[in-house]
Amino acid sequence: MKFGVVVFPGSNCDRDVQTAARAAGYEADFIWHAATAVDGFDCLVLPGGFSYGDYLRTAAIARFSPVMAAVAEFAASGRPVIGICNGFQVLLEAGMLPGAMLKNTSCRFLCKAQRIRVESARTPFTLKLRPGQVITLPIAHGEGNYYADSETLAQIERHGQVVFRYCNESGGATPESNPNGSLGNIAGVCNEAGNVLGMMPHPERAGEQILGGADGRLILDSVAQWVQGGGRIG
Amino acid sequence: MADRLDNEQDRVWQTMGLTDEEYERIRELLGRDPNYVELGMFSVMWSEHCSYKNTRAVLRDLPTSGPQVLQGPGENAGIVDVGDGLAVVFKIESHNHPSAVEPYQGAATGVGGIIRDIFTMGARPIASLDSLWLGDLSSARARTLFSGIVAGISGYGNAVGIPTVGGQTVFHPSYESNPLVNAMCVGVMRHDDIKRGAATGVGNSVMVIGSTTGRDGIHGATFASADLTDEAVERKSAVQVGDPFREKLLLEACLELVARGCVLGIQDMGAAGLTCSSCEMASRAGTGMVVDLDRVPRRETGMTPYEVMLSESQERMLLVPTPGKEREVREVLVKWGLEAVVVGEVTADGMVTITEGGRVAAQVPAKALADEAPLYHRESAKPEYVDRLAAFDTDDVPACEDLSGALLRLIGSPSIASKRWVWEQYDHQVGAGTVIGPGSDAAVIRLPGSKRGIALSTDCNSRYCYLNPRLGAAHAVAEAARNVACTGARPLAATNCQNFGNPYKPEVFWQFREAISGMSEACRALGTPVTGGNVSLYNEDGETAIRPTPVIGMVGVINDVERRVPMGFQADGDTVVLLGATRDEIGASEYLAVVQGVEAGQVPTLDLQAEARLCKLLWTAASRGLLSSAHDASEGGLAVALAECVIAGSRGASLWVDGAGADPGLTTDRFLFSESGARAVVSASPSTLDAFLALAAELDVPLAVVGRVGGDRLCVRFGPAPDGTARDGSTLGEADAARCIDVGIEALLSAYEEAIPCAMQG
Repeated sequence: MKFGVVVFPGSNCDRDVQTAARAAGYEADFIWHAATAVDGFDCLVLPGGFSYGDYLRTAAIARFSPVMAAVAEFAASGRPVIGICNGFQVLLEAGMLPGAMLKNTSCRFLCKAQRIRVESARTPFTLKLRPGQVITLPIAHGEGNYYADSETLAQIERHGQVVFRYCNESGGATPESNPNGSLGNIAGVCNEAGNVLGMMPHPERAGEQILGGADGRLILDSVAQWVQGGGRIG
Repeated sequence: MADRLDNEQDRVWQTMGLTDEEYERIRELLGRDPNYVELGMFSVMWSEHCSYKNTRAVLRDLPTSGPQVLQGPGENAGIVDVGDGLAVVFKIESHNHPSAVEPYQGAATGVGGIIRDIFTMGARPIASLDSLWLGDLSSARARTLFSGIVAGISGYGNAVGIPTVGGQTVFHPSYESNPLVNAMCVGVMRHDDIKRGAATGVGNSVMVIGSTTGRDGIHGATFASADLTDEAVERKSAVQVGDPFREKLLLEACLELVARGCVLGIQDMGAAGLTCSSCEMASRAGTGMVVDLDRVPRRETGMTPYEVMLSESQERMLLVPTPGKEREVREVLVKWGLEAVVVGEVTADGMVTITEGGRVAAQVPAKALADEAPLYHRESAKPEYVDRLAAFDTDDVPACEDLSGALLRLIGSPSIASKRWVWEQYDHQVGAGTVIGPGSDAAVIRLPGSKRGIALSTDCNSRYCYLNPRLGAAHAVAEAARNVACTGARPLAATNCQNFGNPYKPEVFWQFREAISGMSEACRALGTPVTGGNVSLYNEDGETAIRPTPVIGMVGVINDVERRVPMGFQADGDTVVLLGATRDEIGASEYLAVVQGVEAGQVPTLDLQAEARLCKLLWTAASRGLLSSAHDASEGGLAVALAECVIAGSRGASLWVDGAGADPGLTTDRFLFSESGARAVVSASPSTLDAFLALAAELDVPLAVVGRVGGDRLCVRFGPAPDGTARDGSTLGEADAARCIDVGIEALLSAYEEAIPCAMQG
């Protein structure tokens, strides 16, 4: 199992993804953003950080990186692509996922442990989880306020594309448990096929108990199981 | 010569912050009149900020060596050995004046500067801490500065991807006009990778790498070396503008250069920009350097040599590459989207020679600029207030009628209350190394490729330092060591940021001198040499100086990071033990200030040997796995320490204290709120308690076993426990308010967590 971690100028969670993958017993190598091929990887990760300083607009420049064409092709072939935090924003900007990000309603960066409810186990990233399961993952972002127009929102809800929601201890997706103002408490969405996931929480920061929790490991293990099972859910 | 006439008529050196005597000294050193560019270079290098001309003589007192020290003061940052072939690089630095006039950029570039100091040495930065001192939050200015400073640290540090894991935030009216922003950064590397800022090898190339040079920050160092008067505040152009994106690129590029063996010598262009980096690198190597300004990449047109030499544009480095590696350096920098240009070469003549358009624009002996700034012995006089305030008799303080209420007031006072509002704005987890995050005694970061971890803390109690600078500064060292030891780490070394007022005022200079000797004494006794730091003077608005604030940044090492100790209570049934002796010492205390409204009295005494024994007990017990939790007792005394253990662990505790280990006849309120040093609150499980108690006896640390963890309240009762053990859960009536603390976790939490968010909404 080999993860390919795309490094944009300004990515800063690239090494953390590698650390988490290796701690879980998988391989992980970096792919420089100027690369035009992404051969030899089982799953691509667009990591968190501040690609191109998030200047102009969050992730707006990174989508033009040469590697993005190869990422899109990789995704079109049905293989798994996960964008975490800034990587999620890149996938939105690239049109690979529906919706957009606004500033947190507090207008402040927020870094904390956050409870997340799993909505769908029918993706390569969640097959070791079950719908309704509450996990805890760190969040760390200033622009994680997920937005989509009402039509798009209805569509992604209908198609089961909402993968994670912010919630409280008992799994309630309440306004109080929404850290950033996201519509429908949405913390992660996938494409219709389910093989492209964007999520604001950081699974790679919760890959080992010593870091305060290992729930993020379940997401890495899910992808690995999916890949080893020949790309089948369940 | 035209230059000379202009100089003399306008006394232009004065506008640059040089005195007439200093101007004469420059003429002597050069054997001629300096031209305008040279004068500018001297003025920044001989500013207090760069030369420490008023403080160097006193700073010589500090202990700076020890077997663990790989690099002491004099480089970009200090380095200590932490074992396994790993070295930890660390330094703290102030960015006070810039933050006072432009809080976001001032704080942001403070963070940027200290990060560069770390990766300049060849280390990957793995943690930042920030010690912030602001006016009272009832002031709109203080709130604006506070939000701006925190946003600036967050905006810069988060983007570069270095976790901000700790520090402190203190509020007091003395910082109203002149807030303090002290940023500390810590990095890790292999011993072999250590790089120094020396321009060695005559004929070697000199390169400017990183960002382009513009007009921002000209005379920033001079700006930092004068009082923060209204006139000074107008000089906003002296504040640099940060670009964290470029910093991140420069960081990765520099570490790649180090890994590829391309670096012979390297130095950050921070204060005094190209001037400082060129003369310091040449001076350290005993060489000279010629720099052709035409080749320095610019971001603005029409810049004069003076402007290029004094620009403090951020995210730049001066590099002497390994000979023959110039092209590879360029390739790496271009890959990261940055500039890399050969601008000159190392020479044998000991001169920094600056050329432009084929002619010499400035030529100055490197040593004269870097090392021969005048040395002043300032006059010092004990301020009148010191004896007056020390004479305050704490016996006149009325007894506390409501201990629970007093505790809630204390933990709800902004300086003690939770700083979650601050650290949730910082990315404190990036790097996947933070194993104890903000909000604890010290942060703990695991080191990559090793079982080891480091513990980091910044500390200072400026009320103590105001009332007794010598004792106060010693307490700052002791508290920092204690905080590090509470997590299970052995304190290794310290960095420091000395924040004071105008040194030309004898009273201010007295405070400084006293503080340094207190700090020296404590660092010697605790075996934690000082490896660097900075001095920030002129922290005043022209009238009132800030309280003396010598901030200590401490680094400790844990051999096995799995053995780290958290601050909060961990398990019901664990036994709570108070370590250390409690004396009648509520003078200068947080209790006296917050509850009684008095900031006076004697600063608690300090027994450095007892501090050393306590630290040794804490880290030894941790390494043997004997402790469930440990927390230092300092501001607010045992009452606040216990409350923090309850809050952090979300578990109550039922305690009986009968004055064991305390001064005889100590009243209840004094026992709870005294700030005697060398104390901590620990808890241990039934299976490890006996071994811990035996170890404490062996290491001669006095203690009292006072009860058990459990329940959802903090109950502290006085008198012997009914059956020698503590019961859980029962509560007491109101009639006992003066004899006990009895508060639910919810009440503690809301007082502690809501204080700062509420104040910021006001």
